[in-house]
Amino acid sequence: MKFTLSWLKEHLETSASLDDIVAAMVSVGLEVEDVENPAERLAAFTIGEVLEADKHPDADKLKICRVATKDGEMQIVCGAPNARAGIKIAYAPVGAYVPGIDVTLKKAKIRGVESFGMMCSAREMELGDDHDGIIEAPAEAAVGDPVAGWLGVNDPVIDFEVTPNRSDTNGVNGVARDLAAAGLGKLITPQPVAIKGDFPCAQKIGLRFSDATQDACPAFAGRIIKNVQNGPSPQWLQDKLRAIGLRPINALVDITNYMSYDRARPLHVYDADKLNGEIHARLGERGETFLALDGKEYVADETMTVIADDNGVVGLGGVMGGESTGCTPETTSVFIECACFDPLRTAKTGRKTGINSDARYRFERGVDPDFVMPGLEMATRLVMDMCGGAPSEITLSGSIPQTDHVVLFPPSEVTRLTGMKTSPENCESILTALGFAVAKSDPWQVTAPSWRPDIGGKADLVEEIARIIGFDHLPTQMLPQRAAVEMPKLTLSQDRRRLARRGLAAHGLHEIVTWSFMDARAAALFCPQVEHSGEEWLKAQGLILANPISSDLAAMRPSILPNLAAALQRNADHGRNDLALFEVAPVYQGDTPDKQINVAAGARRSSPPRHWQGAEAPANVFDVKADALVALDAAGAPLASLQASADAPSWYHPGRSGVLRLGPKVLAHFGELHPGVLKAMDIDGSVHGFEVFLDTIPTPKKKPTKTRPALNASELLALTRDFAFVVDEDIAAAVLLKAVLGADKKYITGVRLFDVYRGKGVDDGKKSLAVEVAIQPQGKTFTDEEIEAIAARIVAQATKATGGVLRA
Amino acid sequence: MEHIKKLEIELAAKIAAASNEAALEAVRVAALGKKGAVSERMKTLGKMSADERKQMGPALNGLKARITQAVEARKATLEAAALDARLASEKVDITLPVRPSPKGKIHPVSQVTEEVVAIFSAMGFDVAEGPDIEDDFHNFTALNFPADHPARDMHDTFFFEPKADGERMLLRTHTSPVQIRTMKTQPPPIRIIIPGRTYRCDSDQTHTPMFHQVEGLVIDRQTNMGHLKGTLEAFCKAFFEVDSVKTRFRPHFFPFTEPSAEMDIGYERVGKEIRIGQGADWMEILGCGMVHPNVLENCGLDPDDFQGFAFGMGIDRLAMLKYGIPDLRDFFAADARWLEHYGFDPLDQPNLATGLSR
Repeated sequence: MKFTLSWLKEHLETSASLDDIVAAMVSVGLEVEDVENPAERLAAFTIGEVLEADKHPDADKLKICRVATKDGEMQIVCGAPNARAGIKIAYAPVGAYVPGIDVTLKKAKIRGVESFGMMCSAREMELGDDHDGIIEAPAEAAVGDPVAGWLGVNDPVIDFEVTPNRSDTNGVNGVARDLAAAGLGKLITPQPVAIKGDFPCAQKIGLRFSDATQDACPAFAGRIIKNVQNGPSPQWLQDKLRAIGLRPINALVDITNYMSYDRARPLHVYDADKLNGEIHARLGERGETFLALDGKEYVADETMTVIADDNGVVGLGGVMGGESTGCTPETTSVFIECACFDPLRTAKTGRKTGINSDARYRFERGVDPDFVMPGLEMATRLVMDMCGGAPSEITLSGSIPQTDHVVLFPPSEVTRLTGMKTSPENCESILTALGFAVAKSDPWQVTAPSWRPDIGGKADLVEEIARIIGFDHLPTQMLPQRAAVEMPKLTLSQDRRRLARRGLAAHGLHEIVTWSFMDARAAALFCPQVEHSGEEWLKAQGLILANPISSDLAAMRPSILPNLAAALQRNADHGRNDLALFEVAPVYQGDTPDKQINVAAGARRSSPPRHWQGAEAPANVFDVKADALVALDAAGAPLASLQASADAPSWYHPGRSGVLRLGPKVLAHFGELHPGVLKAMDIDGSVHGFEVFLDTIPTPKKKPTKTRPALNASELLALTRDFAFVVDEDIAAAVLLKAVLGADKKYITGVRLFDVYRGKGVDDGKKSLAVEVAIQPQGKTFTDEEIEAIAARIVAQATKATGGVLRA
Repeated sequence: MEHIKKLEIELAAKIAAASNEAALEAVRVAALGKKGAVSERMKTLGKMSADERKQMGPALNGLKARITQAVEARKATLEAAALDARLASEKVDITLPVRPSPKGKIHPVSQVTEEVVAIFSAMGFDVAEGPDIEDDFHNFTALNFPADHPARDMHDTFFFEPKADGERMLLRTHTSPVQIRTMKTQPPPIRIIIPGRTYRCDSDQTHTPMFHQVEGLVIDRQTNMGHLKGTLEAFCKAFFEVDSVKTRFRPHFFPFTEPSAEMDIGYERVGKEIRIGQGADWMEILGCGMVHPNVLENCGLDPDDFQGFAFGMGIDRLAMLKYGIPDLRDFFAADARWLEHYGFDPLDQPNLATGLSR
C-alpha cells in the first residue's frame, strides 16, 4: 500500500518530519518497506531558462538553444517543438543520469553542433508519459532551483505492508488514525456530506439470495447521476494516482481508485444506459460467463457472488466489474454501486479466477460496512465536482450489517499479557483515539469500530494498546529457572540421530541435507516389494503431492538413497568421483506420523586416488557394511547381537548386499546398489549405499545408576590357536564364527577370521576359512590336555555347524 | 706376576682392536671362555700352595674383572657405532605426504540446530518434534487460521491428493502444528523448542521449497511479552556470540499469536561481512507473540488461566547470518566443495561450556 506524504496530511494535521512519521508507522505495526522521495531522484535536474532558440543549420527539427543554468550559460541542442526563448525548463547537466532514457549525459556533438546537457520531457524524468515536448516550469521558477518543487513531485511516497488483519489501513485515513493515536498529530479526515437527490432513483436494485446465503451481499446501495461528462480527472487526482503507481484513466474510474486508497472503500460505477432491468446481486450459476474490465472472459459458478442485470452477469461482486457496462468517455449517465460483500466468498472467487484487484484485496480482508452510505455520498460529490450532473436519491437494498462487537475488557489484561505497566486512563485514551467506544463498567465494555473486523477479544485490545504505546516499552524479563542445573533435553530418538551423524562424519562421510520429495519415478524404485508397482504403492500411501514445485519433486521419498546417488553423480560430473555422503533425516512410508521414520543413510562412490604408498581399494560392500555398523554403534545398537542376512530389498545388487537384523527386526540394509536401478536413474558406474533404521534399534533398559560392571582383566596371557576349515562355498562365514565362539563360552574370548582361500588344495565348490581363536585361561594356566580339549570342542562345533572339515 | 701383566696388555690390545661384535666375542672367548687364557690360569689356582694362591688369586680375579669390564666397554662402543651407522642409513624423506585420512563434515543446518538446542536447553526448554505430513487442523485450523482466510494464502502450501473422504493432507508450512500436538497431550507448564523441516511451494533466489524452522513455545500462568523479549535477547546474544545485541520489536500479524510481533536485530555491513548486534541497520529475524486465546482454547486450555508466548525463526537463515553463507539454495545442493568449506568438524559439538563454535 502506497501513499504520499501530502495525501497523509489531508487526514493528519502534523508537524512531524517524514522520518518521525516512518518511525511511528513501524512502531505501531505498519511496516514501512520503502520511502521514495522523487525529489531525491530528480536532484540533478534544475530550472533553466531558454534565452535564445535558433534553428540548427543542418537539421530541420533541431534547435540550438542558449540556456541560462546553474552552471552558467550553456549551449544545448534540442529537438522539442516547444523549445523557445523565454520558457523555464528542466535542465540536466553533463554527467546527470536521465532515468527515462537510462542514459548518463555526456558532452555531445549533434549534427556538428556541440551540446552541453539536456532539456528534459516529463517522460525522460519519469514524471509521466508526456514526450511531446520538454516540460515547461512556471515562469516564476528561478534558474538553479531544483525542478522537483516546481513540478509538483516534491512529495515522498511511502510504501508499507498491510497485514491481513488491518483492512482499515488499506485507506490513507486508516494510517492517519493510527498515527494520530500514537501522538503524531490530529486526525482531520473530512466527513462526507449527504447530498440530497434531485429525483427518485430509477435503477432498481435487488438482492436475490436465500436466507442461508444472504451474508454474501447483505447491503447494496446505489444512485444514478445524470448528465455527467466523463473526461480526464483533474491534475491533483492524476498526480496522486500516478505517485502511487496507478495510471489515470478517466474521471469516473479515477474516482473509484481514489476512494479505494483514500478510504479503503471500493465501489463500482456503471454506465447506467447500458444496464438492462434490475441490477441485482446473487450467486452465480455454473457456466455463466462474462467479460471483465481486464478484457478477459471469466466463468462464474454457484460459489461466487455476481452482479447481474437482465442481460446476465455484469460483474463479480467485490472483485471486478464487466466490460459491457463500464464507463467510457461517452458515458453520460452513471449508476454508482456501493455494497458489502462477504470476505470469504470474495477471497474464494479471487483465488478461483486469479483476479488480483484492489477491490478483491479490500473486500476479502473486510471493508467498513458503516461507510457504505458515507462512501456513496463522497463518491457522488466527487463525480459531481469532476463531471457535473444531477444525482438521484439513494436506493438501498438489504441492510447495513451491525458491527457493534463488545469486548469485556479488564485493563489489567495489558500488564498480564505484555508485562507493560500503564494506567487505565492511557488505555482508554488510546482505545478512544483508535475509534473504540469505552464504557468503564467492571470489566470495561469496549465496542470495536465498524472498520475493525479483526477485533475479537481481550488479547486484540491488549495489542491495540501495546502497539500504540510501542513495543520499545516492553520490559526485559527472564523466565524463572526451572532447575539449578538443567536435565538433559534430547529424547532417545533425537540423541540417536545426533550420534549417528557425528559418528558417520567422524568416519569420513560428509553430511548432506536433501529435499524430502523426489522424482516419483526414482522413488518408485525404492518402495517396499508389494504386489503393486512402486508408483501405485506411493499413491496408495498418500505420498504424491498434488501441487509439486516441479514434476520431478512430486513424491515423498521412501528412501534417501536416490537423493544420495544423485548427489554423488552431480559431484562426479564436476570431477569429484571419490566421495562418501550421508544424510540423517526422515523417509516416508505413509501420511500418518508413525509412517515417518528416521533413517541414517549414506552412499559411496569411489575412485581412490593414487598414492605413493599405494592406492586404497575401491569401495565395496564391506565399506558400506562398516558404515552401517558405525552408525548403529554410535546410535547404541547392540552390535554383538546383530545377525547379517543376505535378503536386502530389490534396489540392492542381489549378491552383494545384506541386512543387519535382530531376529525379525531390520536395523540396516547395505550393499551395492542394483545396476538396473542406477541405470534407470541415469547414474553411471557403481554406487554402494546403506540405510540404518534408527527407530528400530531396541530401547536400552533404564539402569538405576551409571555404574559399569567390574573389569575382568586376567593376569594370565591369552593364547591363540589357528584353525582352517574347508566348507561348502555357500556356507556363510558368520555360521562358522558363531559356532567357534560358542564352542567354549568360558574360555574362548574372541575369534577372528583372517583368511578366505579357494584354489590349490581346496576342492572346487569349497572354500577354506581360517580363524584365529583367542583362549583366555582363568585363574591358572592351561595344561596341554586342557588346550587339546578346547581345540577338540572347537573342531567338533565347527564341523557340526558347517559340515566342513578341519583343513589338513 | 709378569706373565699376568703381559697377558693383560695383550688382551687389552686385542679388545681395542676388535672392530665388530663378532671379533670382540672371539676375544672374549679366547680370554674368558672355558678354555680361555684367563680361565686356564684360574684353573691352576687349585694346584697352588696357599701362599701362592693368596698372591695369585686376587691378581687373576682382578685380571678377569678388568678384562670383562674392558670387553663390556668395547661392546658398548661398538654397539653405539653400529646404531649410529644403522640410523645414518635409515633416513627417509619426511616431506613425503601422508595418506589422507578421510574427514567428514557436519552440515550447517545440523550444527546450527544443535547450537540453538544447546542455548534453549540451558534456559529450560525441552525439544519437541512432529510429523512433516500434517492435516489441515494442526497446520491451520487449530492455529486460528479461519477457513479460506487470506492469511492461509501467505503460506504457499503443498497439498497431497485428496483422500476418498475429501480430506487433504499437506506438508506443514511451519513447525507450529507441534505446538498444538504438545498442548493437546501435555499439561502446562510447557517450555519447548521445535526444530524441523518445513515446506512452502516457493522457489527462487531466497526461497527453497523445503527449509528449516525452530519454534518456541512457553505456556504457564505468568509468562508475558517481557519474558519473550528477555528470552529472545538472551538467545541472540548467545547464538551470535556477541557481548550485546540491539533488538527491536515491531507489532505484526500472525493468526496464532495476539499480540504479535516481529523482532529485528541491529547489524552493520563491514566490507562484505555482516556484523550482527550493533549498527544502524535493522534486519528482521523472527516472528513471535503471545499465544492467541483461540489457540489455547482449541487445545483445551482456558486463556484466562493459561498464557504464554511462541516464536519461530529460520534455522537456515540463522546459519547464513552467523557464518556468512551467501546462498540458501546451496544448503540443499550437496556440493562437496560447499560442504567442506561451510561444514563443521564432527568434534565441534556445540556446548555452552566450550563455546558454541570455534
